[in-house]
Amino acid sequence: MKSARILFNHETLHVTVNEKDQVVTQEGKVLEEGSFTWLPPCDGKIFVLAINYADHAAELSFKAPDEPLVFLKNNNSLIGHNQHTYRPDNVDYMHYECELVVVIGKQAKNVSVDDAMDYVGGYTVGNDYAIRDYLENYYRPNLRVKSRDTCTPIGPYLVDAKDVKDPHNLVLRTYINGELKQEGNTKDLVFNIPQLIAYLSDIMTLSPGDMIFTGTPEGLADVKSGDVITTEVEGVGILKNTIISETEYLKTINKQ
Amino acid sequence: MFYYRQKESDTAIEKTAQASVEIPLDDTVLPPTSGSVIGVALNDKALVKTLETSFHEKPHVQPPKTPVLYIKTDNTHIGYGAPIKVPTDKGPIYAGPSLGIVIGKQATRVSVENALDVIQGFTVVNEVSLAETSFYRPAVKAKCRDTFCPIGPWVIDKESVQNPNSLTIRTVINDQQVHETNTNQLIYSIEEVVSYISGFMTLEAGDIIIAGTPLRSAELEIKPGDNVMIDIQGVGRLSNPVEME
Repeated sequence: MKSARILFNHETLHVTVNEKDQVVTQEGKVLEEGSFTWLPPCDGKIFVLAINYADHAAELSFKAPDEPLVFLKNNNSLIGHNQHTYRPDNVDYMHYECELVVVIGKQAKNVSVDDAMDYVGGYTVGNDYAIRDYLENYYRPNLRVKSRDTCTPIGPYLVDAKDVKDPHNLVLRTYINGELKQEGNTKDLVFNIPQLIAYLSDIMTLSPGDMIFTGTPEGLADVKSGDVITTEVEGVGILKNTIISETEYLKTINKQ
Repeated sequence: MFYYRQKESDTAIEKTAQASVEIPLDDTVLPPTSGSVIGVALNDKALVKTLETSFHEKPHVQPPKTPVLYIKTDNTHIGYGAPIKVPTDKGPIYAGPSLGIVIGKQATRVSVENALDVIQGFTVVNEVSLAETSFYRPAVKAKCRDTFCPIGPWVIDKESVQNPNSLTIRTVINDQQVHETNTNQLIYSIEEVVSYISGFMTLEAGDIIIAGTPLRSAELEIKPGDNVMIDIQGVGRLSNPVEME
């Protein structure tokens, strides 16, 4: 099953998504695309893996780490499918990162690698934007690079764990305006899903809705205002997002 | 005015009190808000002084240009009186006395001049941490263990705090004062911190900013069996026992 959250007539609705990718309300009504706003399908802690694909590590001239390199994002950065992400004025390099997101299904503490997959509730697609101009060597990647308003599109929906046969063999692709820019496969994860859950749950208690962005493969590119960015994970979803300028963004927040 | 939250048959109830003595300090007291908790690291003058040389060496290469931020995840938040659970195999554990800045309304891109307008009030935070040997990578392992962020017991409204940038913070372990600092030791002021963060992260009502913690000197080390109390002049007194994880 696929589940999502949408904003419809100023109300947050928990809905399902059918085989034709149509949104169906709890009353069984099919809603037309455009009549509602997609919201992030989950709510919880946001863990993101840095350099968790060997090819991407090489691209950044890093050696793959000895233990998972995890950073956190705050929920201010989350937006849903088909929304806008703003590019600050006067920056040189802002890039997408297409990622498989593992969503925790039940409380997890000190979970073994062998049992870890039982704690996965589902999967979704995440785009972990970064603005490299702001990188500093303190708690790197620092929050100013990563945890920015609008910089973490996620969705469109959550796919139940049981409906994804092998999460360790899924193709990831990113397109800018329809042109393929990034391609990889989750079989190349340095730390796989059970290892990540075991690692994190050894440090702390994970709760339902917590998200683990598992990292991105090579193929990063700069994005500009007006670009439509499509990130997709095979069998999990296609997440679209449009880049706007900071000026356009400021108009939208000042209207509120 | 004091704002606090209390557990009543497994539901968190938001409450207010005119005087702090009206607030029952028992095991029903919860952290006073349920928002995000964001901390400012390396925001203490004496602490930064001890690190100055290393800031110019690899991997840092140069001192931080902007406030250094971290996140205390929800699993770390506990209220007044709840036990801080510490592991015994991860080296020393330190208390982290700090003023907590509590946001009162949604805030995006607030100027330093207008920062106080979006602040509801202040609370006491004990930002517990393992020793940090490096500031290069995010401090998830050191700072995000369960129970590592006592907050409370209440939020006092900003009108009752004359100058948040000049408040004495005392740490008392087992009835002995072990440490004293003051918010005038912060590098970035309360207003500067709120303005900076809101420049790219929209803050929501109930979000808390940990203004800055001092150098984790041996006096701040906490061990199972201890009781650690942080007292901020005119804000409140946060007390928690320490237990083995």
